[in-house]
Amino acid sequence: MPSLSVPTIILAGALGLVALTGSQPASAQEHKGEQLYPLFTYRTGPYAPSFIPFGAGNRDYLRYINEVEGGVDGVKIFIQECETGYTIERGIECYERYKNGYDGALTAAIYPHSSGLDVALTDKARIDKIPIVSPGGGQNIATDGRVFPYQYPLIFDYWSEAQIVVDYIAHQVGGTDKLKGVKIATLYHDSGYGRDTIEPLDILSKKFGFEDIQIPVPHPGEQQQAQWQQIRQAGADWVFLRGWGVMTPVAIKTAARVGFPVNHIIGDIWSGSEDDARPAGGVAKGYLAVSVFPPGTDYDILKKLKETIIDTGKSDLKDDTKFGTVYYNYGVIEAITFVEALRTGHRKFGNHPLTAAEGQWALENLAIDDQRIAALGAKGLISPLQTSIANHKGETIAAKIIQWDGTRWDTLTDWIKADTTLFADVIRAKAAAYAQEKGLVLRTASN
Amino acid sequence: MTVASQIADTPVRGVQRRAGLIGRPLVLITIGLVVAFVAIPLVATDYWLSSIIIPTIVMGLAGLGLNLLMGYAGLVSLGAAAFMSIGAFATYNLLLRLPVLPLPVVLVLAGLIAAAAGILFGLPSLRIKGFYLGASTLGAQFFFEWLFTNFKWFSNGSQSLTISAPRLAFLGWDLSAATGRYLLVAAVTALLILLAYAIVHSRVGREWMAIRDQDTAAAVIGIRIGRRKLLAYAISSFFCGIAGALWAFGYLGTADAHAFDLDKSFQVLFIVLIGGTATLFGSFFGAAFIVLTPILLDRIVLATSLTASADQGALANLQRIIFGVIIILLLIKEPDGLSSLLRRGLSGVRRRDTASRAPLG
Repeated sequence: MPSLSVPTIILAGALGLVALTGSQPASAQEHKGEQLYPLFTYRTGPYAPSFIPFGAGNRDYLRYINEVEGGVDGVKIFIQECETGYTIERGIECYERYKNGYDGALTAAIYPHSSGLDVALTDKARIDKIPIVSPGGGQNIATDGRVFPYQYPLIFDYWSEAQIVVDYIAHQVGGTDKLKGVKIATLYHDSGYGRDTIEPLDILSKKFGFEDIQIPVPHPGEQQQAQWQQIRQAGADWVFLRGWGVMTPVAIKTAARVGFPVNHIIGDIWSGSEDDARPAGGVAKGYLAVSVFPPGTDYDILKKLKETIIDTGKSDLKDDTKFGTVYYNYGVIEAITFVEALRTGHRKFGNHPLTAAEGQWALENLAIDDQRIAALGAKGLISPLQTSIANHKGETIAAKIIQWDGTRWDTLTDWIKADTTLFADVIRAKAAAYAQEKGLVLRTASN
Repeated sequence: MTVASQIADTPVRGVQRRAGLIGRPLVLITIGLVVAFVAIPLVATDYWLSSIIIPTIVMGLAGLGLNLLMGYAGLVSLGAAAFMSIGAFATYNLLLRLPVLPLPVVLVLAGLIAAAAGILFGLPSLRIKGFYLGASTLGAQFFFEWLFTNFKWFSNGSQSLTISAPRLAFLGWDLSAATGRYLLVAAVTALLILLAYAIVHSRVGREWMAIRDQDTAAAVIGIRIGRRKLLAYAISSFFCGIAGALWAFGYLGTADAHAFDLDKSFQVLFIVLIGGTATLFGSFFGAAFIVLTPILLDRIVLATSLTASADQGALANLQRIIFGVIIILLLIKEPDGLSSLLRRGLSGVRRRDTASRAPLG
């Protein structure tokens, strides 16, 4: 009966594969004594080009720690990749797969590598008690660790970015008192990410007296003629470009077409990579961007990576020209935060793989000061990072301004620090409102 | 003599068969309910519940909603995800702003709000057909994504425009852990399958099928086509709306308008096509296929420890290619979908069953 056998075989095969899907090899203990690093990847899908150098920076640094430094205080890091394709559904599967460790290796923290996934994991992480770390891409309200014990929006947020941009412009016009009457247009990607700077810029414009012009660009932003005409008509002096993906090069090109000076456009951190500027061609020369992940290879740690990983053919990079690019260095910086958290935990709990609870303690007691940065060989690459229960982002938030010279980025300024006290109350109030909406009890140092 | 005894036997066997036909679904339903509400919550781990079972059931429910429209009434919609988003945002706002309402009431109200939107966007179906109608339902898709992105009120002024379940509780039970969310999703889905069964086997269901098969003939025998079409949009959107609420709060935990983008609409459409049109359970097979296959392929790669040697990027891309190939092969070999495959498999087993019993009788 051929009509019977084919479907039956398919069904039997499907059932067998379903069984395989669910089989958790947690019973195997081959990697006992190692620290798991579940690497959430998006090597496929529309954002793969930014992940590839980022993931390589991440893997290369951890490989360097494992092979050259012999692990973190002797504890080896075990990397397990999980492809999300930048979708939330696959990301949740990856989270569920690795939240309790794998093959004997323990999970101390999870880096979801997607702002959307970070938000989606908020409730789950609260129940599972797993720290979720999103350097540069976390939720700003989660800065308040009393309300969000398991979220770590380390290093940066868009409110501070708005401040840094205004600060830079103030320097160019000759001081904050000269900001009165200056017109700053913000061209933003029309999404939660893009709209995030509306509120802080409104507060800043009232404080300093500059004129705040907000112009949305619908996703994906392939057409911006109307928006740039509007910027010209409004007589904007500066443009803060909060783009994402194709929106950035299109903005630079359209600005050139309407005759807006490119060196008065300041890109967001996600508009400031080589792949944002290069596609715009020659007209991008002079374009500015905010950088928390400074590009370049002239840092001691990058030199060590070049010598021990890149030159020995052990790198995850297929294309060595990506070494030292914004996304590669972002990957290195992120891996540094993970390794430093482990070291912090080891000092308190001993040199063994950390559990999620120990990882949580470590992440809110980070203290990477200038001395430690120098020891890491990361001077100029990262700015000091100190966390606490009340501040899961870090005490000092800083960024540099970089400029595109037509082929690569030049660093224009040193770290510009944001005044974190300025918005602290507003952010806290938002966190408190969230806590009330969800019926949460605030955490204190004692509980 | 033998002929006479056979004849005498016939009515008896007929009675037995009928009893078997009535008995079997009842037994199956009971087994199904026991498995769904006792065995799975006891046995399944967090991983199974949160990342495999819950999304499969919820997407299956969305597929069921679209199937009522496409499979039974023969209408097209490319905006299933829009109605899901209405359900999700309505549930959120009702729970937030009317805290007195219990969760089941909120879900029904959210479904009704989605149904109202369904009627509105179903109006073009009174005039246009086929691809043109499909294009007009795209309007819903883009409109609601825009609406929920541009008006902060819908997400209660959230900074990232996301909504998250304010409270997931019923009669004092906290449903926010994996098992609780599963039970919520399973109970709602079981009730909605029952509702769908009743609708499909009612006069409305038969009239939908008449319209689907030949609308002129349906009009001639006195079916009020316009009303029935709008009802199909309303009921389909009701199902999709509740599925959307479950997707946002039973599965994702939090959601924004982009969780219900055009991709999700297409996914629901593929679930219907792969599962089989005009079947109630086909959508769940389709959903299982869409949700499970990519995870499965990833697991196979993991089990073979190819990851240590091969290029990770190439492997990830290869998995997508294989997934696509499987879909194409499936639709060529089994254009009626997985449910027809399963039905043939089952009838094959039954035939073998009778064949093996024949010599004894």
